[in-house]
Amino acid sequence: MTKLSDTTLPAGAPAAAAPSAGTAPALPHLSFVVVGHVDHGKSTLIGRLLFDTHSVEEGKAERIQAACKAEGMEFEYAFLMDALLEEQAQNITMDTTRVPFRTDRRAYTIIDAPGHKEFLKNMITGAASADAAVLLVDAKEGLREQTRRHGFLLSLLGLRQIVVAVNKMDLVNYDQKVFDSISAELREFLGRLGVPPTHIVPISAKLGYGLISRSEHFSWYKGPVLLEALEQFRSTPPAAGAPLRLTVQDVYRFDARRIVAGLVEAGSLSVGDRIEFFPGGKHSVIKTIEEWPARADGSTPKGPVGAGRSTAITLADELFIERGQIGGPPEDPPSVSYYFTARVFWLHADSLKVGELVPLRLGAQQGEGRIASIERTLDAVTLDASTGPATEVKRHEVAEVRIRMRRPLAFDAGGRLPALGRFVLMRGRRIAGGGVIDAALRDDAVGGGGLSANRVALLGHRGTVIWMTGLSGSGKSTLAQELEKRLLRAGVLAAVLDGDVLRTGLSRNLGFTTEDRRENLRRAIELALHLADAGVVVIAALISPFRADRAMAAKRAADRGIPFAEVFVNAPLAECERRDPKQLYKRARAGEIPLFTGIDSPYEAPLAPDLELRTDEVPVGESVEKLADLALALARPPIPENGAGADI
Amino acid sequence: MSHLDELESNSIYLLREAYHAFERPAMLWSMGKDSNALLWLAKKAFCGNIPFPIVHIDTTYEFPEMLEFRSWARDHYGFDLVVWINEEARARGIGYETTDPVTVTHELKTVALQQTLAHHKYDALITGIRRDEDSTRAKERAFSPRTADFEWDYKDQPPEFWNHFTTEVGPGEHVRVQPLLDWTEMDIWRYLDQEKVPLPGMYFSRNGKRFRSIGCMPISKPVDSNATTIDDIIEELKVTRISERAGRAQDHHERNAMQKLRAKGFM
Repeated sequence: MTKLSDTTLPAGAPAAAAPSAGTAPALPHLSFVVVGHVDHGKSTLIGRLLFDTHSVEEGKAERIQAACKAEGMEFEYAFLMDALLEEQAQNITMDTTRVPFRTDRRAYTIIDAPGHKEFLKNMITGAASADAAVLLVDAKEGLREQTRRHGFLLSLLGLRQIVVAVNKMDLVNYDQKVFDSISAELREFLGRLGVPPTHIVPISAKLGYGLISRSEHFSWYKGPVLLEALEQFRSTPPAAGAPLRLTVQDVYRFDARRIVAGLVEAGSLSVGDRIEFFPGGKHSVIKTIEEWPARADGSTPKGPVGAGRSTAITLADELFIERGQIGGPPEDPPSVSYYFTARVFWLHADSLKVGELVPLRLGAQQGEGRIASIERTLDAVTLDASTGPATEVKRHEVAEVRIRMRRPLAFDAGGRLPALGRFVLMRGRRIAGGGVIDAALRDDAVGGGGLSANRVALLGHRGTVIWMTGLSGSGKSTLAQELEKRLLRAGVLAAVLDGDVLRTGLSRNLGFTTEDRRENLRRAIELALHLADAGVVVIAALISPFRADRAMAAKRAADRGIPFAEVFVNAPLAECERRDPKQLYKRARAGEIPLFTGIDSPYEAPLAPDLELRTDEVPVGESVEKLADLALALARPPIPENGAGADI
Repeated sequence: MSHLDELESNSIYLLREAYHAFERPAMLWSMGKDSNALLWLAKKAFCGNIPFPIVHIDTTYEFPEMLEFRSWARDHYGFDLVVWINEEARARGIGYETTDPVTVTHELKTVALQQTLAHHKYDALITGIRRDEDSTRAKERAFSPRTADFEWDYKDQPPEFWNHFTTEVGPGEHVRVQPLLDWTEMDIWRYLDQEKVPLPGMYFSRNGKRFRSIGCMPISKPVDSNATTIDDIIEELKVTRISERAGRAQDHHERNAMQKLRAKGFM
């Protein structure tokens, strides 16, 4: 092992000091990021830490030193870090770097993050994965733009363990007053962000003072040196004790089994646990935990598999689980919502604009969200908020926005489980920004039903039920099918729900007893309302002879805010029996079909239908136009003047 | 949860993301220790399966013992092995006997890799590089896009955070997926030890020498060592300050040779 001899070292460097030793127990691995304004000495600090802890490969420092001498440059510890030619030429860190180093007590990963504003995306890339941060401030310059911006982003990224190093103390003659004044300003600034620093440490990275060992130059300073301050930090504990959150990455079918593969983001899972998947709500029981290689003793894993683990499970039931869903306990589920508020930062040259539909990823969920509003943008330097709503978020800005998803998103808001509340925004193929969800918003908070408003935005109309009632053979199905075609031509998503649809599928298990007919009708109502909820104009063509049943359908629709119209398709019984398209009357008269409406069971005609069509008097085409007018008026209401729902 | 468990789970996460995101991923395999750790992690990620081809870029300067290991491992793990040699360059006489090591590395590794990609139309290459191997690798992303010309745009790398990665590429482009970036050489050895991963014998001391990093025969030099077990190797690593790739001639041929090699498509 070689050592730089003291005579060849830059002035003031101590003989390589041993890191704090002793018999204290080893601490878990910690990664920390070094951030701060450009030129405040980040790379120098890291280079110096590596050098002083003997973490630099043999000969590297000597080689760089020789190169510096040849070019008449002063040796800089930063040269140990800045690897790219461009970085060395410009003496500026461009991209984030990770280097391992270890002391007797702990293995660390140091993340060097660029301070230049232009490379903010690289700073975030580095800082987002850190357990802790060192915020570096030049004693001579004090807080600068990037000091504040980085402080702000650390708070947004969720870092809570921050130590401030006031660097270049040698340039201010180790003056305590300078240190105190910068400390006070920093405490105030970071305090406002909710991330008060654990320690504020005076150092000179270049000379190696205050990093590993105490320096007599700041005898007035009684706190820990930088490495001691770092040793007080914990590696970010995965959210143990929290409810299970399993991010489903994929479902594998390598053999007959469906294996659900994913990451336990929080909580834990064991064989036998009940698990529900969100959004969607399908649930089952964990049957096995898959493991390779098989255990030597033939036993199989039962769990618990804890937070932070990649795992694979099978379920007791064959469920159709999709990538992106989040598995959790039915009694403590994540939020599932279309609409939320978030704080976002934007990294792309093209601004994020209000009204824009932007691809969003959260965990393995992938969706599209519309920027419903930009409540305010924040100046990350001054922390001043813009006075009111803005129309765009520019590159390197931070903003509070409301986002409305096209499909529901499962998440945990407000920092409850940080990994489940973070998302990125895409622009093209690139990650263009990130955000943290603060709260789910109620759909009705946006004037007229945000949930169905999404579908209105998608389809251009809302779901509606046109309920056509009348005797068998009165012409319901014919009109329904013509109306369906007419609406589809008009760009309206329409679907017919008639006796054939029900009896050959959903109600195949039902007969024609009074009980079964009632059940069949109940199913018809549920299906119609569900489809209408999903935005479809449902054309229900069903005899539905009893007023009470039709009234129930109308009421259920009203309860759910779905427009509903009752249409009486009217033709005299004699005419219907003459048409008898399915030979049902004939069979009823012959006694083959009991309780046939009009023959041996009554038909209760509507008392006040929204529309009555005399199919024995009016041509089909004319009736269809009347129906279409009615359906379109309900499905496409006039846009209200006050602009409610205008942002859809 | 130990640091090794964390590293393992994170690597499995990355492997699964890659398998999901890309249509034609492949894994590069050199039979070396990192490669074998990667293979092991893939077996774990996919419950005993390796659902993509394993590609070996054969420079024709492979140690015979490594080639033996290659056949053994293919049968042992059961994967689809693709071997590629840049026959064209060999026919032109490119080789260590005639050419400088940077050119040979470029032709027999990088160009060979380009040929494999063009032929098999892979859109993602899973590699076993680590940040602690080299200072330019220290700046890498887990999902690192390469242009159709194989170039690494290290001046404008995409952001990558919160487990979100660059998972889409344009025509002809591909992504290097690098699940071992966060691992150190020490982590790899501890993991190989913990998991009892089968390894080529060349990593262990014979007659007072062992290989710390294994590449082409003419340019891989063994180091002095009496380490016959992984425990011995770990003890050795605790005190050494010699870089792992010090025995690899092509890295040191000229200043910043590695950055130049990497920008042109080398791993």
